[in-house]
Amino acid sequence: MDLPDPYLPGAISLFEQLDKKLLVVLRDGRKLIGFLRSIDQFANLILEDVVERTFVDKFFCETSQGFMLIRGENVELAGEIDDNIPTNLTQVSPEEFRMIEDDFLARNPPKSLKRPTAAEEHEA
Amino acid sequence: MLFFSFFKSLVGKDVVVELKNDLSICGTLHSVDQYLNMKLTDITVSDTDRFPHMISVKNCFIRGSVVRFVSFFEWLWVLLTKFGQG
Repeated sequence: MDLPDPYLPGAISLFEQLDKKLLVVLRDGRKLIGFLRSIDQFANLILEDVVERTFVDKFFCETSQGFMLIRGENVELAGEIDDNIPTNLTQVSPEEFRMIEDDFLARNPPKSLKRPTAAEEHEA
Repeated sequence: MLFFSFFKSLVGKDVVVELKNDLSICGTLHSVDQYLNMKLTDITVSDTDRFPHMISVKNCFIRGSVVRFVSFFEWLWVLLTKFGQG
């Protein structure tokens, strides 16, 4: 078995990403992007210059969140971002984003998780 | 402990990790710890329409508690362990 040297397993492996631009996905699906300043064994993270990115279709919008300590249990995934990779996504302002989102939801209504009522089933 | 040792022997191999939110990530297993937290390098995500934020990510740390399953090409692994040494 040839493990890399030094072998930094699991949460500690994030030390390699110190001061890099990191995308953190939280358990509730929120995406935060910031510069990693510190971590510990629980994957508690300290991020600087954080922005929250929201996506719809091929567009995204950023809202500034400042400095942040994220409790490890809420972290789902943390990945280093390479800005050189083309994404085909367009950044828009929050106002534009709201319009795009409304338009997108009108065209693609979210599927209801509720069971259809007897009357609705009869209609269909 | 058994699974931890197993995953440690998989370090450096290509694996597919599916998360509980249906995101499946293909990449090279870089490291794993006792909680089965994992780090993958050179990752690719197939369903980029649903997960556009993953396009610009090249390596990532995944918390063990959000993993649904890990899969890998067993035949490739068998080949590597059997014939890779010689």
